[in-house]
Amino acid sequence: MTKASDLAPSYDLVVIGGGPAGLAAAALAARAGLTTVLFDENPGVGGQIYRAITFSPVKDRAVLGEDYWAGAELAAEAKASGALIVTGATVWSLDPTRLVGVSIAGQARLIEAKRVIIATGSLERPFPVPGWTLPGVMSAGGAQTVLKAQGLVPNGKTVLAGGGPLMWLLAAQILRAGGKIDAVLDTTPRKNWLRALAHLPDFVLSPYFAKGLKLLREVRAKVRVIRVDRLEAVGDDKLREVVFGKGDNERRMPADLLLLHQGVVPNVNLALAAGVAHAWNERQLCFEPVLDEDFNSSVPGISVAGDGAGIAGGTAAAERGRIAAIAAVRALKPEASVPDLQIVRQKLQREAMGRAFLDWLNRPADSFRQPEGDTIVCRCEEVTARQVRDTADLGCEGPNQMKAFLRCGMGPCQGRLCGLTVTELIAAQRGTTPAEVGYYRLHRRAQPVIANLRR
Amino acid sequence: MFKRLAETGAAVAITVDGRQIAARAGDTVAAALIAAGIDHCRTTPVSGAPRAPYCLMGVCFECLVTVDGVGSRQGCLVPVRDGMAVETQTGKREAGR
Repeated sequence: MTKASDLAPSYDLVVIGGGPAGLAAAALAARAGLTTVLFDENPGVGGQIYRAITFSPVKDRAVLGEDYWAGAELAAEAKASGALIVTGATVWSLDPTRLVGVSIAGQARLIEAKRVIIATGSLERPFPVPGWTLPGVMSAGGAQTVLKAQGLVPNGKTVLAGGGPLMWLLAAQILRAGGKIDAVLDTTPRKNWLRALAHLPDFVLSPYFAKGLKLLREVRAKVRVIRVDRLEAVGDDKLREVVFGKGDNERRMPADLLLLHQGVVPNVNLALAAGVAHAWNERQLCFEPVLDEDFNSSVPGISVAGDGAGIAGGTAAAERGRIAAIAAVRALKPEASVPDLQIVRQKLQREAMGRAFLDWLNRPADSFRQPEGDTIVCRCEEVTARQVRDTADLGCEGPNQMKAFLRCGMGPCQGRLCGLTVTELIAAQRGTTPAEVGYYRLHRRAQPVIANLRR
Repeated sequence: MFKRLAETGAAVAITVDGRQIAARAGDTVAAALIAAGIDHCRTTPVSGAPRAPYCLMGVCFECLVTVDGVGSRQGCLVPVRDGMAVETQTGKREAGR
């Protein structure tokens, strides 16, 4: 176990996040001779896609699928590369001078980095429906996490709701593991096909096509799939039933567990805290960092790789990590040998095939991104959609001013679960665009940590 | 809500609010709570509503619990350890924890 006091005062490269982008970047840079440290706050490397890849108790490889187990090679390469890999290490601060604040087992350190690669990946898009704060409602990614890392599968009355490839993958994994799903409520609007259709040929030629069809068939053969345009979690102290409907039709279903998922978006907190410029992506309905072709950000020496650079998937993330690492090696040690950049770029380009179709097809409906009434938007400070909308009507123009009125985004999650919703609600209410409204300004201190001060 | 697929990890004894629960090596605190069927881990500082682990990947901060006397730890990031004492949290963070 690496302790905070074991770290050097300075490294050539600090990689933040141990998913595919971070693992690939650290491995390449360390092999090229850069002194490299990788920090990940989780108990093991792998990120979300390859979570618990080095210790998963799920031994039947068919359950999680071969795409999951491909992560083992990345983890092994990083381990063998000579990079120092530190898990259980929370990076709570990153500034434009590349001073990295990290906390390991309650001990904090500030270390210098000549280059930084932010590889903090994605998080699930907020899914603010009535009742989504009730115990018994969980993100689908959360259920996938405890399946991969602890071998836990849902066994009560379980409903999965939302859309997107990851929701279908989770459904299949739960079923293969012997878990039970009572219904899948598909919230994807049918009219998305209009925008998606133009990208169908490209999608059909991509590997996603065959994989996607197989997953859909696998799930549909075992579970009822119901299209809905309304969704509500109902309960007193915990979830009791799921209420859903389409048009005038309303149905109720008793449930112990409701799993929500409507796609993933870049986890922008650390990059924003470091001062990296971001822009709105209208196709993916999220903010993403502004980057050059080597994934360099607007802050010198700081790059962003992986899904944090814009959603492109796990295999693309590894290639992006390699490109960012090659740029770091060329900047610090031009004489070192690195893989052929053009070949990596070509691989990355191939990964983009089919993404446009998936993005347009799975774009969540406005009603599931821009809630109304008493639906909670900011879970930490318990701020409702009505409060945000009313305050926008009063003249509040942006999310930072909104904090002063309502405290939304000021709780421990620092806007991770409400930022996009608040931006979109303000834009909708004021008849402008999310690009115009902007996002929360974030503290340089990107994570709440308990300072271990000497008394 | 959840069952264990395989009892592969070694048993790890932790307490939650003084009650013994059977965790497994490889569990995080949040996963151990879920596996034990504990339906909420804290109440909110604003309205006192019950909350349970939501994202399990370190971003939502819903699984905040007190671990060995240190308050507001993210349960999904803390691996269980034999003899660990976990307490659920009520309302506001208490001074000194």
